[in-house]
Amino acid sequence: MKCNVCNEAEATVHLTQIVDDKMKKVDLCEACSKEKGVGDPAGYSLADMLLGLGASQDLEEATGSSAACEACGYTHAEFKKTGRFGCPECYTAFAEGLEQLLKPMHKGLRHTGKRPAGRKKASGAKKIKSLEKELEKVIAEENFERAAELRDQIADLRKPKEEA
Amino acid sequence: MTLDEFLTTSTSTVMAESGPEDRIVMSSRVRLARNLEGHKFPTWAKEPERVESLKLIRPAIEGLTELKGAFSTGLEDLTMQQKTLLVERHLISREHAAKKDGSGVVFTKDESICVMINEEDHLRMQVLKPGLQVEEAWKEVDALDTKLSKKLEYAFCDERGYLTACPTNVGTAIRVSAMLHLPGLVLSDHITSTISSANKLGLAVRGLYGEGTEALGNVFQVSNQQTLGESEIEIVTRLSKALKQILEAEENARLKLLEDKPSMVYNQIGRAYGILSNAHIIPSKEAMNQLSLLRLGLDFNMFTGIDAGSINEMFLSAQPAHLQRQRQQPGKMNAEERDVHRATMLRERLKKVKRPHLPKLA
Repeated sequence: MKCNVCNEAEATVHLTQIVDDKMKKVDLCEACSKEKGVGDPAGYSLADMLLGLGASQDLEEATGSSAACEACGYTHAEFKKTGRFGCPECYTAFAEGLEQLLKPMHKGLRHTGKRPAGRKKASGAKKIKSLEKELEKVIAEENFERAAELRDQIADLRKPKEEA
Repeated sequence: MTLDEFLTTSTSTVMAESGPEDRIVMSSRVRLARNLEGHKFPTWAKEPERVESLKLIRPAIEGLTELKGAFSTGLEDLTMQQKTLLVERHLISREHAAKKDGSGVVFTKDESICVMINEEDHLRMQVLKPGLQVEEAWKEVDALDTKLSKKLEYAFCDERGYLTACPTNVGTAIRVSAMLHLPGLVLSDHITSTISSANKLGLAVRGLYGEGTEALGNVFQVSNQQTLGESEIEIVTRLSKALKQILEAEENARLKLLEDKPSMVYNQIGRAYGILSNAHIIPSKEAMNQLSLLRLGLDFNMFTGIDAGSINEMFLSAQPAHLQRQRQQPGKMNAEERDVHRATMLRERLKKVKRPHLPKLA
């Protein structure tokens, strides 16, 4: 059995834990288990590592491994290595696939908490208008696939307002 | 002022205070991660870029009224031993201790407020409170963050919230945690099921020094894992509720142990007293586990001449960098010398503590 992290050495450390009602297993080699700090399985949260491993695969499928952030030059290959982004702009550069990445990690996908002082929420009204315009156009073109996407986006934009 | 002049007390003054439920909950902590718009995250930034962002951040923090008279330093100005001292006091992470130029730390005299600069994120600010006070800690760190957000331009987007280097922290970027002393659950073999229930609630349970560390001395750190999709107050309230349940489970486990296996419990506590007050060589791991039992004995009213604060202090003083600091003569001690020194320190402190008597139960 090969190590899940380096995919090279033979795995000698095997961890099992229940995460979200599902049994998850991780097999690691001696070196990687040390690096990941797996000393005492009881005190160690396997979820952290599982999220790290599965997550980068999701992102790769969605963006392709050659994708890079224009602002800072960060590549997907780097993300796979570290599980970290390079700069705030990476969240836009790797936007495709980001939701699949965030979904298993968090309770929801939309921030509902605090905002920096004085930072106003961007008006959704403008965006909705332009989307509705595009929607009319694609319906006329009978491009229903795109229309469905736009419909969902508009609904999404309207949602938080109505909830508030 | 040097670090040694600043950290005069053997333990942080905020931890020497008592707090609600501090028989079991040693401390509560809330940490927020923040990054600057238009700057690379510290792990991806080159050293000159980190030096530049540090120059922006450090004065902004030093200018806050809450951090007046705080200790502020670049990590290149600390020795490895001083950094280890800060790790042992939970002021900086192990990862941060490895950093040099372009990273810094600012903390107050009582150690209740601490900001790491250019760790994994540009800013990681934490507020520490004794006992179970997660809500209070959140309120304080919230106020601090609001003030800072007027001085620094944070990386924030409407949809994903505060943007962090690691996507597991994005959104509120909040980490709420408490340090719990759970000898009852460990001795009664209920700790594994407690940890797995906490995991099911989306909470992480870790050892004394955070990610991937051992649960030495029956001390566990419980924290939230999810940061996006819920507001800060929802996260804080949820954790606080879970902590109260763990607290109750620990109380019950202790009572049940006394009822079902009194000899086993008295035996363990008595032996811990015997070892700590007589050993001449004691490794760190053993010292911490025995101190945990001593503390349990104190909670059962089995000891006089000692209080919880001094046990917490011994716990910290038994750590390697703290032992090194207590040593009068220069030169770094090796592990064997530390074990001897540790045993001497513990024997000295336990001199006035009488042998345990059987518990008086309320």
